[in-house]
Amino acid sequence: MSAAIEVRRLTKRYGRTTAVDGLSFEVQPGRVTGFLGPNGAGKSTTMRAIVGLDRPTDGEVLVAGRRYEQLEQPLRHVGALLDVSVHTGRTVRAHLTGLARSNRIPDARVGEVLDLVGLTDVAGKRAKGLSLGMAQRLGVAAALLGDPQVLLLDEPVNGLDPEGILWIRALMKRLAAEGRTVFVSSHLMSEMALTADHLIVIGQGRLLADSSVTEFVSRNSRSFILIRTPEPEKARDALAGAGIEVVTGADGTLEALDTTLETVGALVARHQITVYEISPQVASLEEAFMQLTSDAVDYRAKQEV
Amino acid sequence: MADFGAALSFEWYKIRTVRSTFWNIGAFLAVSLALAVPSGWYLHKTYADLDAAERAAFDPIGSGLSSVRLGLLALVIFGVLTVTTEYTSGTIRSSLAAVPRRGLFYASKVAAGSLVALAASTVVVIATFAATQFMLGEHAVGLSDDGVLRAILGGIVYTTLLCVFAMGLAAVLRSSALTIGLLFPLFFMVSTILANIPTVGKAAQFLPDVAGGQILYREPQGDTILNGWTGLAVLVAWTVAALAAGYLAVRRRDA
Repeated sequence: MSAAIEVRRLTKRYGRTTAVDGLSFEVQPGRVTGFLGPNGAGKSTTMRAIVGLDRPTDGEVLVAGRRYEQLEQPLRHVGALLDVSVHTGRTVRAHLTGLARSNRIPDARVGEVLDLVGLTDVAGKRAKGLSLGMAQRLGVAAALLGDPQVLLLDEPVNGLDPEGILWIRALMKRLAAEGRTVFVSSHLMSEMALTADHLIVIGQGRLLADSSVTEFVSRNSRSFILIRTPEPEKARDALAGAGIEVVTGADGTLEALDTTLETVGALVARHQITVYEISPQVASLEEAFMQLTSDAVDYRAKQEV
Repeated sequence: MADFGAALSFEWYKIRTVRSTFWNIGAFLAVSLALAVPSGWYLHKTYADLDAAERAAFDPIGSGLSSVRLGLLALVIFGVLTVTTEYTSGTIRSSLAAVPRRGLFYASKVAAGSLVALAASTVVVIATFAATQFMLGEHAVGLSDDGVLRAILGGIVYTTLLCVFAMGLAAVLRSSALTIGLLFPLFFMVSTILANIPTVGKAAQFLPDVAGGQILYREPQGDTILNGWTGLAVLVAWTVAALAAGYLAVRRRDA
């Protein structure tokens, strides 16, 4: 399987500010790839460089094996939802029809994508009256116009209501299941936990991680067995006696590290300790991410000293 | 290969789906006629009072066409907005994602805007000329008269070129307010004021609207070494320079 998007040593500087710093990664088809990073990490700059809006200071980006400008009828290969901008005096339908004509996409396709995003009722309205959520849906419609194999979505849930968020999650998963490449940026880790299969994490314009979601979490977070008991002292002694490291959690629960559910279960049974709960805990993606990026920030701070 | 036809139809579609296009082209026609009709009427009414020298200097061609010089400010706004609204509304990003080759994008945009400007100029210049001649009555000139065809065709080229010049400048400045704020004083005040200051006036004759505007008149206006054709050539040079600067800006800068 060849990569749909190849970012090679991409560097982008704006004056003295380095937004992206020698970034390299690949995005594979058939899955949702989350592009994570705190605000200002360089996600949007990278996305803009992929579609040729920003000229790289150094390095290059290939989409479907070519530079974006070299693609014939690019909307048929790549659909991009960047910041949604529509001329407020133009109607929803006209915005899409113009884009369709630029790539010789039949006008009939405009009606199809309007249906798909649920904007048929407002097709004749001027864009001025659109809510943020509707504008976002219009952006998705524009991205889907050319039925592209590669989709770039920059913070797609922004401005969407809960129903819209569920809709876009399902849409992204469906598009990936169809074998398309879905590359979606977010600064919300929890959002990525629900939609992404694979993660590209950046901080300060540099690559921090490129792995599957489960691998990312297990590598960047600690997992433990949580024990809720009315006899914490007894439990602590029993676990310590078996050589298991225990720490006390914030609410008085015990956290047993580097062990299994079975070991802890057998141990409390043998020592006849009353327990209310024994459960395996995995830190959330959010926690894993915070840990990773805080490390990156620390690294930076030390570098600058 | 680059698909110029598709890119051009995209630009044409964008032009005709915003109201400002119709407002501006309409204002170009309305203002030109609104000035031409009363000035023709006034000249007709006062012709009898003119002495021999004034009658000899009377230019029925120029007095009809000079009103397009005010009306064309609306055409210039049209040209500016065609380019700058992409930047002010942010649609430049979706437009460039659809037509990523910058040269192709810019060429098709300028071509679409220029064709609209040419069509509008043809209608407005002919209508303005016809309206003035109608009001001038027995002092009117016809198409077969000396210099009339030259002035009409030249007038169409003049207004079209000023619109194209504005598009090139707009591509450099990317801001409606900045571009119009620069062009209007240039066309309205600087040209007129500079032309009346003796030494500086020599430079003012080469300003785009002053030089190009010579084609509208039977005799060169003011103290100038230019005539209708050389004046138009100067405007062509300004237009080419503005287009080239616009191209470099579109090609090099991030969107």
